[in-house]
Amino acid sequence: MEKVFKEAGLFEIYEKVLSDTRLSAEDGELLFSTTHLPALGYLANIVRERLNGNRAYYIYNQHINYSNICINLCKFCAFGKKKTHPKAYEMSIEEIVSKIRERHAEPVTEVHIVGGLHPDLPYQYYIDMLRAVKAERPEIHIQAFTCVEIAHLAAISGRSITETLEDLMQVGLGSIPGGGAEVFSTRIREKLCPKKLSGKDWLEVAKTAHRAGLRTNATMLYGHIETISERIEHLLALREAQDETGGFLCYIPLAFHPKNTKLEYLSSTGGVDDLKSIAVSRLLLDNFPHIKAYWVMLGPKVAQIALSFGADDLDGTVLEEKITHMAGADTSQAMTRSEIEHLIRQAGREPVERDTLYEPV
Amino acid sequence: MISPIISKVRGGRRLSGDDALLLYQEADLNVLGQLADEVRRRLHPKPIVTYVIDRNINYTNICISGCKFCAYYCAPGDLSGYILSRQELAEKLEETKSLGGTQILLQGGLHPDLPLSFYEEMLSFIKANFAIHCHAFSPPEIVHFSKISGLSVKEVLVRLIKAGLDSIPGGGAEILTDRVRKQISPRKATTDEWLNVMETAHGLGLKTTATMMYGHVERLEERIEHLLRLRDLQDRTGGFTAFIAWPFQPKNTALDVRPSTGQEYLRLLSISRIVLDNFPNLQASWVTQGPKVAQIALFFGANDFGSTMIEENVVAAAGVSHRLSEAEIRKIVTGAGFEPRQRLMDYTLVGESGAEVGGQRSEGRGQRSEVRGQREVRGQKKMNIEHRTSNIEF
Repeated sequence: MEKVFKEAGLFEIYEKVLSDTRLSAEDGELLFSTTHLPALGYLANIVRERLNGNRAYYIYNQHINYSNICINLCKFCAFGKKKTHPKAYEMSIEEIVSKIRERHAEPVTEVHIVGGLHPDLPYQYYIDMLRAVKAERPEIHIQAFTCVEIAHLAAISGRSITETLEDLMQVGLGSIPGGGAEVFSTRIREKLCPKKLSGKDWLEVAKTAHRAGLRTNATMLYGHIETISERIEHLLALREAQDETGGFLCYIPLAFHPKNTKLEYLSSTGGVDDLKSIAVSRLLLDNFPHIKAYWVMLGPKVAQIALSFGADDLDGTVLEEKITHMAGADTSQAMTRSEIEHLIRQAGREPVERDTLYEPV
Repeated sequence: MISPIISKVRGGRRLSGDDALLLYQEADLNVLGQLADEVRRRLHPKPIVTYVIDRNINYTNICISGCKFCAYYCAPGDLSGYILSRQELAEKLEETKSLGGTQILLQGGLHPDLPLSFYEEMLSFIKANFAIHCHAFSPPEIVHFSKISGLSVKEVLVRLIKAGLDSIPGGGAEILTDRVRKQISPRKATTDEWLNVMETAHGLGLKTTATMMYGHVERLEERIEHLLRLRDLQDRTGGFTAFIAWPFQPKNTALDVRPSTGQEYLRLLSISRIVLDNFPNLQASWVTQGPKVAQIALFFGANDFGSTMIEENVVAAAGVSHRLSEAEIRKIVTGAGFEPRQRLMDYTLVGESGAEVGGQRSEGRGQRSEVRGQREVRGQKKMNIEHRTSNIEF
C-alpha cells in the first residue's frame, strides 16, 4: 500500500496513522480534497479496526419528538414550526407515556427524546416527562435534550446548566444526544441559525454534562454552505473538548437534507462527500470511541459502505418484526433486526446490539 | 495470500479465474476498490465521466419466457399485456429527440405471435422518421426471432441491420452459466446462445454491451465464470463497448432473496473492472443503486454514468424508482471531481469529430482524444470501419 499512498500524496498521513500520531488541520484538508477515495477509506479503516475491531453496533431504540414548536427556526430545519403554524404540535405527558407503552412488548433499550425550543412549556413539563417515562418503563435508558435544549431549560428555569442537568438526572436523564452542534463557526451560525446557542456555549454545555457524569454525543450538520476549513475547525474543537473531559461517546456526521427547508435550492450531499465526512472524522477524532453512520439519513446502502470508511455504528430504529412495517411504516424509517444484521454481515462485520453506553445487550 | 494477485493487477497482467475468485473473496472493500480505481485510471487517464441521453422503450411486456426474477412481464393472454402502437412509439421518439437524446434502447418481451417482419418494420419506421441510434434487441430476443422465423441468428441480424439496427444491448445475460439459467430462466437463451449472438453481431460489425444480473441463486464462482466468458469473447472480437452490472431486485418477483447491499455492488463492480481488462468502459448503475452509491462507484471502477433513462420500466416494476435528469447527473459527476461529457453508444464524445448520431454527423470539432490501451485502440479503429460499413449497405 505504501506506493498507493505515495502516489496519492497521502504517505505522511499514512505513516502518522500507522504510528497513531495525531493529525493536523492541514492533514484534514488534504484528506477532504483527495480524489483517492478507496485509499482514504483504507486509512480510516485502520483506525476503525484499531478501536473497534470487526464489530458494528446497532441499538434497539425509540424516538420521541415531544414538540415541533420552536423559537429558533433555523434555516436548515424542516421540522421546527411557529406556535401558530397549522402543523405545530406538542405532546402531553400522557401522550408520551402512551407512546412508550405502545412498544412495551419490544426489547427497546433506549428512548431518544428531542424537540424544539418551545416558548412557553414550563420547566416542570420536562421534569415530569422524564419521571413519567421512567415510571412507565424503569429499565429504559433515557437519552434526551440536546445541549441546545439544556441551555433553553436552564434559561426558562433560571437555574445554572449544572443545576438543570442535576435536576434532570434525578428524574432519569441517562445521557445527552449530539444534536444542535450544526457547524460551530460563528459565520455559519449567524447566517443559518442566529438565535441558536453559540458553538462555544454548545461545547460548554457538553463539557458541563461530562463533568456531571453524563456521556454525550456530538454531531455536525454538513453539506450546506460551510467550507471544508469550517468542517475541520468543528472537528478540532470537538477533539479539544474531548481531551479535556473524555465524555463524548460518539460522533455523528449528519448529511443536510434540503427539502422543505429555507435552503431548498441546495443539492443533497453526494455519496462521496458522505463517505469523506465519515472517514475524515474517524481520522481526526482520534479520541472519540465511536463514529456513527446514521442509516436513516444516509440510506442503508451508503451507511453499510461507511462501515469500511471508519464508521462502527449504524444507530437503530429497529423493529422486532415486520407487522408494524407492513402496516404502513415507511421502509426508510425502520429496519428489522434481521435486516440490519444482514447489512452488517454483508459488509464482513460482526453485528453487536448495544445499549446507549455501547455495552453489548 | 492475495499479495501476488495484487502485484499482478498492478503490473497490468491478466488474472486467472482462480486469482480473481481468491481476490474477490479475500480482499477488503478498499483494497479491491483501490485496484479497480488504478485500472480505471490506467484506461481513462483523463478525469472524464461519460453518459448518454436515451430512453428505454419496451415495445411489449408480453413474454413467453416467464423468468423468475422478472417483475415486468405479462404472460400471453394477460389483460395488462400491451404492444406499443406506432403512434406511441413516435411520441416517445419525438420526446427523446427534443430532450437531446441520441439513441433509444429498444427491448421487449419474447412475444409468441409477432413475426420477424414486425421488428423489421418497427426499425424501418423509426429510421425513416428519426435520426436516432437504435440500440435494440438483446440476445434472447434475437434467439427468439431466429426460432420464430426459422432463420439463423446471422440471417436475423443481417435483416435487422438492413432495417436499421445499429447496436445490441447486453441484456438477458443474467448469469452466464447454464446451472443458474435453468433455475431462473429455463426458457431463455442458453449461455452459448447468448454469447453466439454477440459473437455473430460483432462479426457483422455491430457494437454491443454486456451485462450481469447478480444476487439471486448464483455462486461467487459463477460470477467470475461469467466475467471470464465475456473476456474470452472480447479477446476474439473486441466488439463489446461496456459492461454493466446490477443486482437482482426481488420485489414483485417469484424469487425470495434479500435485496443486495451497497458493499456487494461495489465489490462486484471492482472485481469486474479488474478482470475485464479488455473492456474499455464500465457503467455505474444509478437506477438500481441510487445517485449516492453511483457517485461512489466512480472510484470503484466505473467511468460512465450510463443513460439518463428518460423512461425506464423494468427496474421500476421491481419497486426501485430513482429518477435523475441530465442536469442532476452532471452535478453528481462534477461533485465527484470529474468532467461530465455526453457520449454516443460507441463512446465517442458528443461534440468531437467522428460522432455520428443515427447516420448524421454531429457538429463539433476536435480530435478523438481518448488515449487507451493498445488493444482498445485497435478495437476502436476496427469498430469505426465496421460501423461505417454497416451503415452503408447490407
